[in-house]
Amino acid sequence: MTQPDRRGFLRTLVSAGPAAALAVGAAPAVGHAVETPEASGGAYAPRYFTAAEWRFLRAAADILIPADENGPGGAAVGIPEFIDGQMEMPYGHGKLWFMGGPFHPEVAPELGYQLDLVPRDIYRRGIGNFDAWCVKTHGRPFADLAVAEQTAAMHDLEAGRIVFADVPSATFFGFLLTNTKEGFFADPIHGGNKGMASWKMIGFPGVRADYMDWIDRPNTPYPYGPVSISGERA
Amino acid sequence: MTITMKKKDVVLIGFGWTGAILGQELTEAGLDVLALERGEMRDTPTDARYPQVIDELAYSIRGKLYQDLSRETVTVRHGVDDLAVPYRQHGSFLLGNGVGGAGLHWNGMHYRVLPEELQLRTRYEQRYGRHFIPEGMTIRDFPVTYDELEPFFTKFEYVCGTSGKAGNLGGRKIEGGNPFEGPRSKDYPTPPLHNGYGADLVWKGAVEAGFHPYYAPAANCSTPYTNPYGVRLGPCNFCGFCENYACYMYSKASPQTTILPVLLRKPNFEVRPRAQVLKINLDSTGKKATGVTYVDGKGREIFQPADLVIVTAYQMHNVRLLLLSGIGKPYNPKTGEGVVGMNYAYQAMGGVEVLLPSGTRLNPFIGTGAGGVSIDDVNGDQFDHGPLGFVGGASVRHVRLGGRPIQMTPTVPGTPKWGSAWKSAVKDTYQRELHIDLSGSVAAYQDVYLDLDPTYRDSYGQPLLRLTYNWHDNEARLMHHVGDRISEIAKAMNAEKYWVTNRVTPGAKYDVRFYQSTHTTGGAIMGADPRNSVVNRYLQSWDVPNVFVMGSSAFPQNMGYNPTGLVGALAYWAAKAIREQYLKNPGPLVQA
Repeated sequence: MTQPDRRGFLRTLVSAGPAAALAVGAAPAVGHAVETPEASGGAYAPRYFTAAEWRFLRAAADILIPADENGPGGAAVGIPEFIDGQMEMPYGHGKLWFMGGPFHPEVAPELGYQLDLVPRDIYRRGIGNFDAWCVKTHGRPFADLAVAEQTAAMHDLEAGRIVFADVPSATFFGFLLTNTKEGFFADPIHGGNKGMASWKMIGFPGVRADYMDWIDRPNTPYPYGPVSISGERA
Repeated sequence: MTITMKKKDVVLIGFGWTGAILGQELTEAGLDVLALERGEMRDTPTDARYPQVIDELAYSIRGKLYQDLSRETVTVRHGVDDLAVPYRQHGSFLLGNGVGGAGLHWNGMHYRVLPEELQLRTRYEQRYGRHFIPEGMTIRDFPVTYDELEPFFTKFEYVCGTSGKAGNLGGRKIEGGNPFEGPRSKDYPTPPLHNGYGADLVWKGAVEAGFHPYYAPAANCSTPYTNPYGVRLGPCNFCGFCENYACYMYSKASPQTTILPVLLRKPNFEVRPRAQVLKINLDSTGKKATGVTYVDGKGREIFQPADLVIVTAYQMHNVRLLLLSGIGKPYNPKTGEGVVGMNYAYQAMGGVEVLLPSGTRLNPFIGTGAGGVSIDDVNGDQFDHGPLGFVGGASVRHVRLGGRPIQMTPTVPGTPKWGSAWKSAVKDTYQRELHIDLSGSVAAYQDVYLDLDPTYRDSYGQPLLRLTYNWHDNEARLMHHVGDRISEIAKAMNAEKYWVTNRVTPGAKYDVRFYQSTHTTGGAIMGADPRNSVVNRYLQSWDVPNVFVMGSSAFPQNMGYNPTGLVGALAYWAAKAIREQYLKNPGPLVQA
């Protein structure tokens, strides 16, 4: 449960996976220390993702979870920050998984995940491949497309109509969607769900976790707003 | 360079439910008992600290209390000639680790067993004829009856403070309890948990549809309670963070909340966490255990001598340890020879999802681990299987576990998985969707078993356990039938929509990617004959009589109910046999 590092303005890119070689023209900063626009404003500076990847994540978060009458969008609630934080956790490094070889990705899918890639690899390769496809198809990386084009591209990705070179596109989409929803719904202590926006949307009271007085009140609206682990109320 | 420690009377391998029970019982008998636990020390103040424990991502999703698969997992394949590959991420089942084992992060669903399930083969042969059981299905009788186990079911319930309502007290049927259960000598120690709105609706719908609902037995105390060991539990406050979590209210029964406060203070008891047992050592005859070899937290290899070795780890680890130690002949599915690893079984999971009318306020976050409504009309052999042609049944229940948003925000099939339409569907469905759980029994089969993997190894260099498992047509037909029957409840509830979800359909392969059940059984099965079982009726190894093997590894096949009640009862039953028979005259308790 590490808090995102809000003090760091500069982040050095340590590990550029194979996808770095695929960096498209519109991703200028790969391989160099980058100052993001947010960082210069004193806000969050990504620790794992490059500037180009960060722009993708912010755009993708707003397509998967758009701002609408049911609440703010994915970027505003901190889903990119959540995913960036997860990349620095044991999860991002694949340390929660058995990663001993040999690897047999050709077996039946019902036997589960069999790639030798950890989430950090999947994001680096997946974002690189998806942005490359957007450039090739639409002339610009994902973050610079119009919302309608972004939505259509995401549908193409989900439906398996895009083939990636460095990671199965379905695997990348699966991680992106799963982690996006985790960031949307998890306690804000993990970096997403700012203002407990998702909890307010559905009416989940967070860490209140004591309903002794409510078990015997069937079909009655519950009146209290959510509380987070850090004690924030909304 | 192996360090040899001072000899103990008893070594327990693994310190979850059965380790705690055997530790308590055998220290009461005056023995010097050591428990070796490969995981960390765990307790309520450290591992169930409020509000940090109310963290769905850390506990349910990243699996804070589960086995660290990066160090050890199992491999899985569908058929006996297939390549097995590692279970790299937690999915289908959630292996436990640490003091308390999975007993720290279970729900507390505390069922017994339907009496006929213990004599399953005899019952089916007598009622339906010998040919009713299909070729390749290797179901058996347990070598023990419900009446023999009844005092031990009761004892474990009273240790746990289990809430519920008897349906059969000494043969007298009681309204609100389970009319199909075996006779109880005593009612539950605490009254049923109050039902929430969803459970009320399911109960009413079930009665209208002609079923016999009863209060689901829950090892979640409904009142303050002091158990026979003098340990106090508090009432469940419906926090909605039960399974996958440790209980911050001291309400869910776990070794920590029922036994350890007494056991850990005893001078003749010691637990050593971070002690990974590599094998049980045998003498030159191969018929006597001399102790165990383990690696401690500092990486030192240690030999711990002991007179009695009791395997009290999780089902899969029990079987693996026997195979690694060369105790009993490994099962070969092609020749049918050997016994260790045979009759692995699982559960067939499904559900009926019910969408109630708009405006319904279920307040889904008000949840318990196990309290709610349960139904046994389609469980065990409580209905006529003759015209249906399959073996087995399903335990059916509605328990509102909580409304944890990452995992418990369902949508109606066909809803987009992202975008504004998804957001709006999640918001709409959250308050008005409920799930009726179908937990189907799984028979044992000749081509389903456990052995050691030839390729993959754990972080100590030892072979992983290999699981060969796939669904059979019998279970697909069972679950189809149960889905149809339980849909009648949804109809009676005036649902806006309902639909059946069923993982076991004709031709479906076992899919490890989705959580189904942690109720894995068999591999070190109990029986009356050493030629087709691993342990005798007292869970004593036929081959090495100073080794006993606890746990659901002893089940010859699996049932619809959750197994912990039967696991606890068998542990108390075996402990009594050790105390009253084995200690007086160490040796085989049953002559082969």
